[in-house]
Parts: sequence; C-alpha cells; structure tokens
Amino acid sequence: MSLKLTTRQVGDVTVMDAVGKITLGEGSVAFRDAAKDLLASGHKKILVNLGEVNYIDSSGIGELVSAFTTTSNQDGQLKLLSLTKRVQDLLQITKLYTVFEVHDDEANAIRSFS
Amino acid sequence: MSKTSADLRPIHELLASDLASVDIAEESVMQRAERIGFDEDARMDLGLAVREAMVNAVVHGNNYSPKKKVELSIHSSMDSLRVVILDQGSGFEVKTVPDPLDDQNLMKTSGRGLLMMQTYVDELSVKKGPKGGTEVVMVKYLP
Repeated sequence: MSLKLTTRQVGDVTVMDAVGKITLGEGSVAFRDAAKDLLASGHKKILVNLGEVNYIDSSGIGELVSAFTTTSNQDGQLKLLSLTKRVQDLLQITKLYTVFEVHDDEANAIRSFS
Repeated sequence: MSKTSADLRPIHELLASDLASVDIAEESVMQRAERIGFDEDARMDLGLAVREAMVNAVVHGNNYSPKKKVELSIHSSMDSLRVVILDQGSGFEVKTVPDPLDDQNLMKTSGRGLLMMQTYVDELSVKKGPKGGTEVVMVKYLP
C-alpha cells in the first residue's frame, strides 16, 4: 500500500489522516493533491495525522515542507499529529522538528489552532 | 536464523530508469538483509538509503531515459551488507550539493537524499563510476 488519505472536520480544523508511505510517486502525489485541494476549498487550518505513517523518503519530506509553506503563505496553519518514532527521528535528522509544530494529542492539537 | 551460501551469493540486477526499479531495488536489499539477520528497523534504514540512492540514479542520473540502466549489486557477508548502485548519467560532485541543514536551505523541498543515505548506513561513498555515471556504495553492519 502506498498512501491512503482521509479528511474529517473537527470544528474549523481539517484533520488529514494519513495511512501508509509518503514516498516519491503515488504517495507524494496523493499527499500534494490532497493538501492543494484543502487549501483551494478554503481549509486553512490543517492537522496532518501521521500516526499510521512509518515511512517517508526525502520526496515525502519535501511534500510536507511544501504544504507547510503554501499553507503559511495563505495565512493558514499546518501542524503535525502523532509522529511515529521513525518519522520523528527523520524530522530531527533534517532539523525540521524545529519548523513544524508537532502534537501528540489530537484534542490539544485542535485547541492550539488560533 | 543460520546463513547458507545462497544467502551470501552476490546479486546483480540491471534495472530500467523508472520508479518501479526503485521499489524493486529496495525490496531486493531488504529481503537479503532479512536473510542475513538484520532486524526490521535496520532493514528499513537500509531500504530507505537504497530508495534515496535509486531515486537519485533514476531521476537525476539517468533522467528517466529508457536507453539508460541502473546497475544494482548486493554483496553479503556474515556481518554486513554492501550495496552498489551505478547509473549512466553525467555524474556530479558531492561537494556541490547544498547543505540541507543550513538555515537558508531548511525549507527547500528537495536536497535531503544524501543526508538520509549518510544517516541510515554505516559507510557511504559517492563517486564517479569506472565508466562514468555516479557510483554509490553503501555498507551496513549487523549490530
């Protein structure tokens, strides 16, 4: 399985639940398209739940960065939820842990959106 | 699990310059790594490093050219796995790759492949291949 994405609305925050791998090809394209569609439809508070994503390559990291930048440029917020150990390590290795706001608890994450 | 001579036999594959080859190479290396006793975490590390090297070879080296191939070799020993990936591109100098950890590059959407390879294997060498192209050699040892 490459990547399965579903979205749900919690108040004014859109939670994107990702399951699978975000790697170059289908996975990265699916993530890019989903993030683009959310912004195009006016959803600017996005919480990406990576709790079921154990594998991201450099292309997937690039898509996360791109979605974060695009959302910020449109005065939106993109945050990350429930990182697996591997993804957390990867964000630390790439120094992106300092860039993304990361939460472990969904309710707290939802509340953190202004 | 005991290793047999079949587990240690080198593997050589000539792969097309497409993304399917990235998956094939990753799977081959991870299967061999399992046979010689790497745990799941180490196998995933190796797989990710191989994926990054293969993507570089297919996308940046061979530029998806159907006329060009990527050579994958997997050499096993009792305590390590050595993977060689050779493309047929024009090669590049590692020192010209911008540091992805530099503040000015942090928000770039690409350029982290080498960093990830360095992180997930014990030894990494990137140099011009014997007949041109880029040759990536990665070694990972059993803990």
